[in-house]
Amino acid sequence: MSSALSREDVAHLASLARISLSEDELDRLGAELPAILDHVAAVQGVVESAGEDVAPMSHPVPVANVMREDVVRPGLTPDEALSGAPASEEQRFLVPKILGEE
Amino acid sequence: MTTATQKIVPFDEAITRYDPVMGLEVHVELNTATKMFCGCATAFGAEPNTQVCPVCLGLPGALPVVNAKAVESAIRIGLALSCDIAEWCRFARKNYFYPDMPKNFQTSQYDEPIAFDGYLDVEVPLEEGGTRTVRVEIERAHMEEDTGKSLHVGGATGRIHGADHSLLDYNRAGIPLIEIVTRTIHVPAELAPAVARAFVTQLRDLIVALDVSDARMDQGSLRADVNLSLSPKDSGVLGTRSETKNVNSFRSVERAVRYEIGRHAGVLDAGGSILQETRHFHEANGSTSAGREKSDADDYRYFPEPDLAPVAPSREWVEELRGTLPEPPSERRRRLQAEWEFSDLDMRDTVGAGALDLVAATVAAGTTPAAAKKWWLGELARRANEDGTDLADLPITPEQVAAIQGLIDAGRVNDKLARQVFEGVLAGEGTPDEVVSTRGLEVVSDDGALGDAVDRAIEANPDVAQKIRDGKVQAAGALIGAVMKEMRGQADAGRVRELVLEKLS
Ligand SMILES: [Zn+2]
Repeated sequence: MSSALSREDVAHLASLARISLSEDELDRLGAELPAILDHVAAVQGVVESAGEDVAPMSHPVPVANVMREDVVRPGLTPDEALSGAPASEEQRFLVPKILGEE
Repeated sequence: MTTATQKIVPFDEAITRYDPVMGLEVHVELNTATKMFCGCATAFGAEPNTQVCPVCLGLPGALPVVNAKAVESAIRIGLALSCDIAEWCRFARKNYFYPDMPKNFQTSQYDEPIAFDGYLDVEVPLEEGGTRTVRVEIERAHMEEDTGKSLHVGGATGRIHGADHSLLDYNRAGIPLIEIVTRTIHVPAELAPAVARAFVTQLRDLIVALDVSDARMDQGSLRADVNLSLSPKDSGVLGTRSETKNVNSFRSVERAVRYEIGRHAGVLDAGGSILQETRHFHEANGSTSAGREKSDADDYRYFPEPDLAPVAPSREWVEELRGTLPEPPSERRRRLQAEWEFSDLDMRDTVGAGALDLVAATVAAGTTPAAAKKWWLGELARRANEDGTDLADLPITPEQVAAIQGLIDAGRVNDKLARQVFEGVLAGEGTPDEVVSTRGLEVVSDDGALGDAVDRAIEANPDVAQKIRDGKVQAAGALIGAVMKEMRGQADAGRVRELVLEKLS
């Protein structure tokens, strides 16, 4: 079992994910996240034991060059596109004020 | 650090103490009919959210498929920049959260760009005259997708600061982009701004020749970022760099480099340190202001895109595409200079003004090289300078310039009236012919009307008329002037002269 993550590490991850965490949550996740890292470590172990004979894959099927012709296909109407949006205005998606930027 | 306390060291002084370390990144929006990973159209200026689908909106379960034409364009750009083309490469997810990127990641390429290790030789105009060829090394050119457009509501003039909320249009999200990244450009400090401008200008010429993008800086289909840091002279110590984003004209690229050199020098002189941050360039006064503070590259947590198969361009395809490349820019410049019979200085001015393609297209439309150069580097360059825009972005086409010169050659307008035709076309009043007719600019070549005006001028100036009768032909100027004035400039001065001399012979 990996050791607990520091509060700074958890806070950094949270800020990258744009999630706001309370002090309690920072402590709790610092203790819980290592369990997830252990799962990943198990996968890492497989890669290491396979050695250099087995290259890591990013795709389950060994194919390449799956491409399409540059031909326009119908997409969504603006109404359809906006139908799942919590809010819209002027045929655009409305999002809350963006913080932390000039 | 506030703008008020910031000292900008004059450029000439800054470069006596510091060497700039400069790199450029240029984003080219491809002119494919569809987006990078979906079949949505890419037309510029369409109504908001009319060119979107589940893929480019990042809806769950949607699967991207690579646009073959975009890969072809990427390879052609890579080859034109003398790059190696990857035998096998993948896309990667660049993870970040921002409303203009609906998937919460940008599909890009990370450590496996499609093209790498190339160069572009650029002709840099020197202040003392002549040009110097500088080889700008290309680190990589990779494929990625554009973001949507945000409209910030509630704050001043659409800026984020003070906005209550933002409105998103995803028409642009997913349009193919090629990002071209240079290596550090090593040039004498005083040349750095001109080199930056020349690189972007001549890269644009190349992109236009390849016909892979509209390459309009004013419309954002070609965007330049300037990365700059200063190193105290002969210290070998590297400084922290700033990234000035989305500079949107050739002229601004040069200004941004100059400004950042002065700003960095000011901060370093005062014992301060440069923040690693993005900067926004301001056209109005040529300054930059702080944007986002940069996070480490690791923060993007790149990983290979599992939804897309790798791209492995066959060597046959690459060679076939190599066969479609336009003439290399340096050879083309040499050929055109010979064909146009331009002096080195003429050529330098033309290239430096970003007018090479414009002059070439005007000549192709039937104008002499000298006349084409006269308009683009005279009247039109003046106008571009006044408007703070690039020549290519003026609302006039080479064909229209050729048409106006055609009007002059046909004797329908004189040079002075032609300037008004330019004014009209630039003001959006229509084609040169339409401007001539709506503004009533045609010269009066009707001998009857001209003859009457000449008679009146002779009557009003009997002394002058007598001198001409006595053989003092040079006195005719006064009568021609009087006639031209009466005709409000709309007469063919050559014809007026003939009539004056005929009547007084
Ligand atoms: Zn789409």
